[in-house]
Order: sequence, then structure tokens, then C-alpha cells
Amino acid sequence: MNEFYGYERPDGGVGIRNHLLVIAPIDCSYEPARQVAAQVEGAVAVTQYLGCRADEMLVNALVGTGRNPNVAGILLFGLGCEVLTNDILMEGLRDTGKPIESIVIQEDGGTIQSMEKGVRALQSMAQEVGELRREAFPLSELTLAVECGGSDATSGLAANPAVGVAADRLIEEGGTVIFSEPQEMIGTQHILARRAVSESVAKDIYEMIEKQEKRLNAMGVDSRYMSKGNIDGGLTTIEEKSLGAIRKGGTKPIQGVLWNTWDRFDLPDEPGLYLQDGTGWDVPSVTHMVAAGAQVVCFTSGRGSTTGHAVAPVIKITGNPKTYGNLEDNIDINAGTILDGGESLNSVGRRIFYEMVSVTNGKKTKAEALGFKDYVVFGRSRAAERLLGHC
Amino acid sequence: MKMKKAIQLDDKDNVATVTDDVSKGEQVEVLSPMGEVILDAKPIEDIIFGHKLALRKLDKGEEIIKYGEVIGVALKPIAVGGWVHTHNVESGRLPTSELEAEK
Repeated sequence: MNEFYGYERPDGGVGIRNHLLVIAPIDCSYEPARQVAAQVEGAVAVTQYLGCRADEMLVNALVGTGRNPNVAGILLFGLGCEVLTNDILMEGLRDTGKPIESIVIQEDGGTIQSMEKGVRALQSMAQEVGELRREAFPLSELTLAVECGGSDATSGLAANPAVGVAADRLIEEGGTVIFSEPQEMIGTQHILARRAVSESVAKDIYEMIEKQEKRLNAMGVDSRYMSKGNIDGGLTTIEEKSLGAIRKGGTKPIQGVLWNTWDRFDLPDEPGLYLQDGTGWDVPSVTHMVAAGAQVVCFTSGRGSTTGHAVAPVIKITGNPKTYGNLEDNIDINAGTILDGGESLNSVGRRIFYEMVSVTNGKKTKAEALGFKDYVVFGRSRAAERLLGHC
Repeated sequence: MKMKKAIQLDDKDNVATVTDDVSKGEQVEVLSPMGEVILDAKPIEDIIFGHKLALRKLDKGEEIIKYGEVIGVALKPIAVGGWVHTHNVESGRLPTSELEAEK
């Protein structure tokens, strides 16, 4: 299995879905944007809740989402007086060659008329998108994001290592994998740095994790600390806890850190494994990896999660058989079979890999079938980052 | 009755994680990352689900290996089948004693 069926975009990217993305650059226009999207098949509306500012980190996340190859067409749906205008987003999206329309409520005839224009624009995009056909592409065109949320004692034992096997396999096929959550890498920087492809990448890994530790320390959190729950669950040291988390990224060499700052928002520039300078908060973490180009997501959860995503299918995996029993209607893969020796790690890893390929070919994840379209952009305080000497 | 299991995540590991609560003296099968039974272990004390068992005798100061990496250092000798946790291991990065003292 070394190919998948996707949709080629005008900019050369290969999508596995044909989403029509409605972007409300500010939450003020989100409610009408959401209702516009609800009118048209295949449309999904997103916004950000970080205020009325044209903060580059927000722009990068929204623009990155629109640039994701799973997006076939875009409607920018602004209010009119916001700092982050449709035009700013248009600037970052135009060269994709995707169909893009821009509507501003205060200039396009008010709420109802602008909504009507929006529905009509999306309707015609939906008709055109319906004519696109899937074609075969090598797996090297895929970028997988891996994420964990609601971890428990089985996460580091079954689900994360199994996803790591699938991640390694995709990289062997020439693909790309991104993992994030620098907070969960604390204590393993020397191990990750040892896997870096160059000295400068190793330096970046140390820098990214140290910055995260400084943020935690500045908030009064001891970054070396483990919760009572972690310790009761059997985790002895922070290194052990973080090793369990980073295993979801597999074992391959690390090509680079994808920085996520006001000055830059990096995308992988060649195949292989990357760390993103992101957040440990699940949905925003996924959002920013998708904004960096990931078309598909593997999400591990010990306790169980309902998460999907606005533009990328999220395959959920649990290592806890009880959680699978409870949440089978929204967890795609049970990796808990590893625990009683019923299945090997490699065998579960293979199952995850095949499921991922099926999903890229069009199989809906359980969260997709339920219509779950999570999307949250995270931001950082520029003032705090300045005070910490990070920018 | 199905035998209880412990998982060794990397073949360099000197500890395995039990996937069920196990009692002192009970027979436990240790699985390799390939899912093969590589040895039978007998815990010398009760160990609860998700906690670690020593696969061989560990000396004081010896590195504890899990995921093929160092997760800490033994504070005292640990016998084969012994429970490996915060009472006998500390982080190389953060000595547990230091964390305790800070509290």
C-alpha cells in the first residue's frame, strides 16, 4: 500500500476532503457565517475568539487552515470594522488558486443580504467541487498530525506507541509527520535532540522546550512536576511521562522544529518528522498542525474524546479497552488489545496505518460521520513573550 | 485462566509495565514489543495496573530503562520482580528527594 486517492489543488497540494471553508475573521461575524455554512453541503465555518486584532499568529492559523489542501474553496465572511480584515486573509490565500469569495456584512447590504450572497457563492462552489475526481497519489504527499488528549496509564503503553508505529511507516513511505505539545516533551529534550538531523535542529529542540518551561515557570507551575494522578497511575519520573507522550511521533530522525511565532509560521519543507512549536491544548494543537498542512490526524485518548476537526479527519485511538467499550461510537481504533497480549504493538500499528489510508481515500472517521467540526485557534501573549525574552 | 501480563516496550528495557493488578508470587507473562512471551516473572510484592516490575536485579545507582531510554536512577538495590516506582527511583533531571523537600 503506497498510494492514496486525493484531489489535486491548483497549487499542487493534494487534499483528501473537499471542504468549503467559511472564515469569520472575528467572532462578531461568526453567527451569520455559521448559518451560511449550514445552508450548503460540504461547507464549514470557523472563527477565532482571541479578540479584535490582526495578530500575526492568528492570521497564520486562519490562513494556514485555508491553505490546507483539504479545503477546496473559501468564503471570507467579515463584519467590516474588524482589525483583521478579509483583505488581510485574502493576501495570504490568493496564490493558492482556490476559488475565494469575500463578503463584508457592513458593506454588502446588511445581515440578510450578505448571508444570501454567501449562500449563493458557496452553492456555486459546491456544484463545481462536485465535479472533482480523486486520483492516485503516492503516500509521500501525505502529512499526518499526531496528538494525544485525556491520557491515562494505557496511553504511553499502547495507543501512543502504536500510533508511533504507523507514523514510522508513513515516513518510510516518504510521508511527513508532525507532533506538537512541547509541554509534554519536558524532560526528554536530550532524547529528542539526539534524534535531530543536524546540530541546528537539536538547538531548536532545546530552545522550543526551554521556552515552554519558562512559560510554565512564569505562571508559577513547576515544569518538573507530575500530578498525583500521574504518579498513582504508575509514572515514576517526568522523563517517563514525556517518553510515553512523544512515542506517538514514532522513532524517526527529527527534521526540524516548525516555529509558530509572530515572525514565522513554518511548514514542513521536506518529508520526515517535525515538532511544532504549538500548545498542549488538544483542539488548538490539532488546529495549528492542520494549519501547517496536515491532511489527516491520529488522536490518542486513554479516557476518551469526542474530537473531530473542521477540515481534517481525526482518527481516534484508545489503549484502554474499557474506554473503547464506553465510547465505541466515537473511537475508531481499540489499541487495548495490546494489554492482554491479544495483539502485538506492530499489528495494532499496522491497523492504524491501514485505517489512515482508508480515511485518506474517503472513509469517514466516526467523528466525521457524527458531524463534529472542532476548531480552536490559540494565541500567545506578546507582552508575556517579550517579558520572557522570547521575542 | 488467562495469565496476567507485563509489557516490555523496548528490548533494552530493564522494567516492564503490568497491565493488570498483580499479587506477590503470582506468575506474570512478560511480552516483548512484538507481542511474544519472553519470560515469566514473579512479582515479589503486589503491583497495581500501570506500575513497573524489575525484569532483573538492579543495583543502587543503576539506570532504569523504559522505551529504550533512561527514565531515572535506582536509589537502592531492587530485586527481580520488585516494584519500581518513586520510593526506589528518582529522576535524573529532578531528584524526587528534592521535590519532596520543596513541598
